[in-house]
Amino acid sequence: MKDKKLISKIKKSQLLLPVVAMLLVMAVNIIHDAATGAGAFSFFKITLQQTTGNGTILYGRIIDILNRGSEAALLALGMTLVVSASAGTDISVGSVMSLCASYCCMLLAGYGVSSVNELAKPLWLGIIAGILLGCLCGAFNGFLVARLNIQPMVATLILYSAARAIGLLVCNDLIVYVRNDSFGFFGSFLGPIPTPIIITAICIAILSLILKKTALGMYIQSVGINARASRIAGLNSKRIIHLAYIVCGLFAGIAGVVASSRITSADSNNIGLYLEMDAILAVALGGNSLGGGKFNLAGSIIGAYTIQAITTTLYALGVSTNQAPVFKAIIVIIIVAIQAPPVKAYMRKKSLSKTAKGVA
Amino acid sequence: MKKKVLSVILASTMAFSLIACGGEAAAPAPAAEEPAAEEAEEPAAEEEAPAEEEAAEEEAAEEEATEEEAPAASGELINVGFAQVGHESDWRTASTKSCQDVFSEANGYNLSFVDCDNDSAAQLEAVRSFIEQDVDYIIIDPIVSTGWDTVLGECEDAGIPVVVIDRTIDDSDKYVSWVGSDFLTEGKAAGEWLKAYAEKKGISEINALIIQGTTGSSAQIGRTDGFSEVAEREGWTILDKQTGDFTEAGGQEVMESFCKSYEGKFNVVVCENDNEAFGAMTAMDNAGVSYGPDGDVILISYDACTAGLKEVQAGKITADFECNPLAAPTVEKVIQTLQSGGTPEAQILVPDNWYALKDQIVDFSVDGNAQSMTEVTDAVIEAQY
Repeated sequence: MKDKKLISKIKKSQLLLPVVAMLLVMAVNIIHDAATGAGAFSFFKITLQQTTGNGTILYGRIIDILNRGSEAALLALGMTLVVSASAGTDISVGSVMSLCASYCCMLLAGYGVSSVNELAKPLWLGIIAGILLGCLCGAFNGFLVARLNIQPMVATLILYSAARAIGLLVCNDLIVYVRNDSFGFFGSFLGPIPTPIIITAICIAILSLILKKTALGMYIQSVGINARASRIAGLNSKRIIHLAYIVCGLFAGIAGVVASSRITSADSNNIGLYLEMDAILAVALGGNSLGGGKFNLAGSIIGAYTIQAITTTLYALGVSTNQAPVFKAIIVIIIVAIQAPPVKAYMRKKSLSKTAKGVA
Repeated sequence: MKKKVLSVILASTMAFSLIACGGEAAAPAPAAEEPAAEEAEEPAAEEEAPAEEEAAEEEAAEEEATEEEAPAASGELINVGFAQVGHESDWRTASTKSCQDVFSEANGYNLSFVDCDNDSAAQLEAVRSFIEQDVDYIIIDPIVSTGWDTVLGECEDAGIPVVVIDRTIDDSDKYVSWVGSDFLTEGKAAGEWLKAYAEKKGISEINALIIQGTTGSSAQIGRTDGFSEVAEREGWTILDKQTGDFTEAGGQEVMESFCKSYEGKFNVVVCENDNEAFGAMTAMDNAGVSYGPDGDVILISYDACTAGLKEVQAGKITADFECNPLAAPTVEKVIQTLQSGGTPEAQILVPDNWYALKDQIVDFSVDGNAQSMTEVTDAVIEAQY
């Protein structure tokens, strides 16, 4: 009896979908490693590795997934709130990342300078300014969506196409190299652990703490379920939607700084390219409805790392990463199909008839 | 209420900067502008600065545009339209700048420059607008190699000669000349150099990893094929190939994975551009693999931009094979030949150089032609694009 309860609880849990997806990807690796005779769990092996410049670090494919998936996970945090509150997606996050990275590097290197080893401005100024610019972009998106009632997709399309171009203007059409270790810190290692993992962990902790300890999470969900009713109930719906976009921009800013710190340069054309799609996919993969309302932050985070796990797996298998979109597409088809009303109705009917039979 | 006002201000700032961008794209603005942001202390205040600055650039661009129109109307200048791919790399920036420098007003040209942002439809549109403007010559760096026959036919009907640079057009021959680098030769040169260098160092077994460029780009195909040709002939092992999309982040991620899959099994890494090499260097550092002239792994790179040559000098990249972005001077010669009624060659190669430090310079030949390598010095780096 207890077992059945547990199973139905797991079945109902929103986390089922992302966890299953993640396990599937991992299973592929186990099978591959076992088949090639490298030891079934060599994919999961984490060792300590002596490096040439960073001391001893944690080394392994799992660390790679956590490390490389940081940006997508950060974006997924903001995206979850935006999707929940406004029933729409912010497709500008990838471009905003690039803009924030460009602006940060431009400040650190000086305008029109293509390569520096010494910072032109204090490090904190560049980082803070980059992140603030992310908030500003989020505020702009939020203004269009919340105050002017423009459809989220259309509103964020503006910065989707413009932010990267503004980034290039800021960088004077150059790739700005900031070859300085203190700037590279955000993309390298803190002790043995990659800094992006730590940054992401802190962001996740703070955001979930805020959502847990304040009523903000509930407000966002109620606005997403019915903005009108929430307003009548005394919530300032517009302000909450606006806030969701600002938070999304904030995380895009942080992700941008991390991404540019990794390569100690501002590569405006490539930073965050197509990453908005990964973030949206992560939210969907996390079992969140793209129609707004209830959200599950943990699901989105697992979703983001699952997407990175796919890429890392393809590398490990030696399959060209150009084919990654195919695998992502297959996953999207499955998720969207599961969420489609007819399928849901069919599943409900099936489970109902099962219980009916059980009673009889 | 206060917040509302603030958001209106923020939104209008953003909108304003957008308008400024639009204006900038219409006419090339002077590149060197000191930002107003330099003196500002508050980060918040600096957010506004780029917008203001862009506005200033826009004005400058408009002024320039009106100045340009006057002499052009009198018919003294040669009108040239240039449909550039975009601005995705240092290489591209150098190519654009070279064109803008050569086809300047001072040299007797009026250049209409269109940055097509890697959008092939926009590029066709740009070429058609050049025909409407009735320019004297059209330069195209084709984003895609096919689908050109119709629009090049229109150019022919309008009597405007077309010069193709860098990338190639495969499905039409309605252009005067193609000016560019031979990627296949670059690949072969890298292979032949490696052969000679390995002989000199007494390395008998070559196990190579290749970090490729964007799949399907002519640079990726040529460089991979050229190197593979030599590898096949010499019986080298190519352990794996994976694309890094010509980016540093891509190179980093691919190399990170290679280091785990082929731990201790490789002694050559070929990166198909410098940015990928920078990424591979970080990844190898983190995996504790030593590379460069003094390390265990021979690191070969292409492009040889300034930043790349600096890494050669620092003893990290073993050899760097150039792809010369400065096609414009050659294009000018083609145009001058046409001006004087001559017929230029259909295919003109821009000379490429191969770079290394003194100890890594060896004699080798590509297809029977002896090659000379250039030693990387401060002066060479200074002169590079």
